[in-house]
Amino acid sequence: MSTEYALKMTGIAKEYYGNRVLKGVDLFVKPGEIHALMGENGAGKSTLMNILFGMPVIHSTGGFEGTVEINGEPANINTPQAAMHYGIGMVHQEFMLIPGFTVRENIKVGREITKPNLVSRIFGKKLETLDVDAMADDAQKALDMIGLDIEEYTQVAGMPIGYMQFVEIAREIDKTGIQLLVFDEPTAVLTESEAERLLGIMKLLASKGIAIIFITHRLDEVMAVADSLTVLRDGEFVVRKDIKDTNVVEIAELMIGRKVEKLVEDTEDNRTLNDNDIALEIRDFHVDMPGERVKGLNLDVRKGEILGIGGLAGQGKIGIPNGIMGLYKATGTVKAFGKELNLGRLGEALNNKIAFVSEDRRGVGLLLNNSIEENISFSAMQVKGKFLKGPLKLYDAAEAKKHALDMIKLFDIRCTGPQQDAGALSGGNQQKVCLARAVTLDPDILIVSEPTRGIDIGAKKLVLEHLVKLNREEGKTIIVVSSELVELRSLCDRIAIIFDGKLGAIMAPDDSDANYGLAMGGSKIGGGEDE
Amino acid sequence: MNNGGIKKMVDSIGLPRLIITGFFIILLIAAAPLGLSIPALLGDCIRRWGMYGILVLAMVPAVQCGIGLNFGISLGIVSGLLGALVTIEMKIANPWAAMFLAMAIGTVLASLIGIGYGFLLNRLKGSEMTVSTYVGFSIIAFMNIMWLSLPFKSGEIIWPLGGQGMRNTINLASSFGEVLNNTAGFYIGSDLFIPTGLIIFFLLMCLVVYLFMRSKIGMAMSSAGANPAFARSTGINVDKMRILGTAVSTALAAIGIITYAQSYGFLQLYNAPLMMGFHCVAAVLIGGATVSRAKISHVLIGTFLFQGILAVALPVVNKILPESNLSDIIRIIISNGIILYALSKTKGGRGSE
Repeated sequence: MSTEYALKMTGIAKEYYGNRVLKGVDLFVKPGEIHALMGENGAGKSTLMNILFGMPVIHSTGGFEGTVEINGEPANINTPQAAMHYGIGMVHQEFMLIPGFTVRENIKVGREITKPNLVSRIFGKKLETLDVDAMADDAQKALDMIGLDIEEYTQVAGMPIGYMQFVEIAREIDKTGIQLLVFDEPTAVLTESEAERLLGIMKLLASKGIAIIFITHRLDEVMAVADSLTVLRDGEFVVRKDIKDTNVVEIAELMIGRKVEKLVEDTEDNRTLNDNDIALEIRDFHVDMPGERVKGLNLDVRKGEILGIGGLAGQGKIGIPNGIMGLYKATGTVKAFGKELNLGRLGEALNNKIAFVSEDRRGVGLLLNNSIEENISFSAMQVKGKFLKGPLKLYDAAEAKKHALDMIKLFDIRCTGPQQDAGALSGGNQQKVCLARAVTLDPDILIVSEPTRGIDIGAKKLVLEHLVKLNREEGKTIIVVSSELVELRSLCDRIAIIFDGKLGAIMAPDDSDANYGLAMGGSKIGGGEDE
Repeated sequence: MNNGGIKKMVDSIGLPRLIITGFFIILLIAAAPLGLSIPALLGDCIRRWGMYGILVLAMVPAVQCGIGLNFGISLGIVSGLLGALVTIEMKIANPWAAMFLAMAIGTVLASLIGIGYGFLLNRLKGSEMTVSTYVGFSIIAFMNIMWLSLPFKSGEIIWPLGGQGMRNTINLASSFGEVLNNTAGFYIGSDLFIPTGLIIFFLLMCLVVYLFMRSKIGMAMSSAGANPAFARSTGINVDKMRILGTAVSTALAAIGIITYAQSYGFLQLYNAPLMMGFHCVAAVLIGGATVSRAKISHVLIGTFLFQGILAVALPVVNKILPESNLSDIIRIIISNGIILYALSKTKGGRGSE
């Protein structure tokens, strides 16, 4: 192409400890263009942006390969300060604002305008007086530019979330010579009208010649504002296209891609699933879990099936099991085999034979400084009174050890013995311990959250196969919550895609990639069977 | 190879314990040429071991339930003192009956106060140790007023002149003084006295706490301290467990101070228990406990080392620096130095690996 690019990243590759997360990615952005950067979680978007900003995490792990050019000049960005110098700014997903400061102070922090005074003439520039008026002017100008109707002396603490986002944008455009602005999922926390306004501002900024990189999962927004897009998948560059040459379905397909990978062998299946035989009935379910809110979910889980719950990060899929188990405040009705659970009571789900393997293994799933044996037997002891002996009901270490040895064998837990601390195990083996504990509870419904996060392929296969075995041989109803679509599709009978805290669609494992992409991006065009 | 073996041994015993044990042995060796009786010193070590043991044991449920080191055992101590005062007032002649009644009253009082204290600590999560330090100080100051104004009448308790307010130290000879110490106590040689009853009672309390920690509720309590999120996911009410641990800890302190007083032969009121919390914390830390994990073995080892050093260091310093009050200053330096050292060796913060 003949147009000069504001940013040209060519052949970018990056390795973290031998794990190649970027494999030769190109990213070209023209001045005044809104360029969407798309890909699933883990596709490499964040790493690419970290490289663009010269984040220390990149350079402390051996730098990267490839070249970065800004306005046709080779640029060497190895610190965030250098990135700022080149006129690159970023609007963060988590707000980087100081709550106790005013809007003006937040906009100007670190780049205060000062004027000399007597003390500073003697002791140097650091002691100059703040030029409050000039700063107020600048801040107001930036606020006016994005059309934010707010006084520059308002305190940030207590402002609506949407406003904070706008203050953040104002801060970036106040930087002189800003040429490239990155928006990292800016609409994730905004209401619909705020999001619309934000998109308007992006267009306005672009019209002033600023190049914009727009990272989002929402396909509708991309179609609405972007001029062109780059799709990444598993660290690989897939395509760069102009929006006018493509459509939602194609983008969705490009993001998901054809990943045929059989994780679980087919096993004999003689279950009979019945739409009237419901194990878990969820109605108008809300969970107040920060970052993973569930906002009115309706879902039925049939007895004896493996149900997958998928969706992008932040859409609420993780909130569902945590709400059911009573770990976060939840409202609505949840019925297990027809019996309604009292969601306010801790341990209610456990007492109704629902077991949960948490996604946060180290934080929630394990007693890191206790032995494998205690970790495996603990829940069954507390909930069902197993592994207790004698009139005093004391902990029966011998029985627990025997059971732990069985489990170690069954799950192939690699350890020095049942006395080893759970914290000393590898991620995969820790996950097996968590599963072993859940199985020890002998639940009717087993909820497994992110069963394969951060574990190696061998352990992954074993864990998934065991889930299938539990389902087929012992008739357990299993709910798998996972970010890995491949995993869900190779394992589940049905997959519920959660979008914006609600059920987006229920898909069959062999639905087309495009449909999955659409469902995850929140578009309802030609999706699966809607609720 | 051999080097690795030594390193492993040092790791398993812990450097602080090795250094302090070394210090203890050096003190003992130094005592002999100064003309001190080693058996007598050892006897003193053993007596103090049993005397302080239960107070230190009170740290175990506190640490395990997640409130960290309980500097606030003064709450339990004053409860125990009150229990003892009531039995003296009642003039119970049988020393056993007197002691167990004192313990019963003290335990009930301490449990109630401990529950309230647990509620307080639940509202101040994250800064329990600071809070408990000041709660400990405050209750002593508050009780100083109480000791002056509570309506006790017994001549054993109140000042002989004036007839109001309690004495600083109250003799237990007519009550339960040394009842445990003298039970089946015997001499080895002429100087080394073994207070059998005291030691047995101490070990018995250790066994009770051990069994409690192995019960369903005890294990639930430990898990609440080790990983609150985990405990919640198993349906355990973490706040309730913390209150339980605090109450048990406070009750143990009440029993501990009565055991201490009977061995000492006197009840000490007013500011005497002010620093006891610190001594107990230091002992359990030296024993190898951390702010997030304490075991009975830490109590047994730590109390012996800490009290042993105090018991041996004092006479030794007195011999080296006679006719001065430097020895008392040295005592303070040594005991606080050990506390500081032990605290500096703990791995701070819960959930650290």
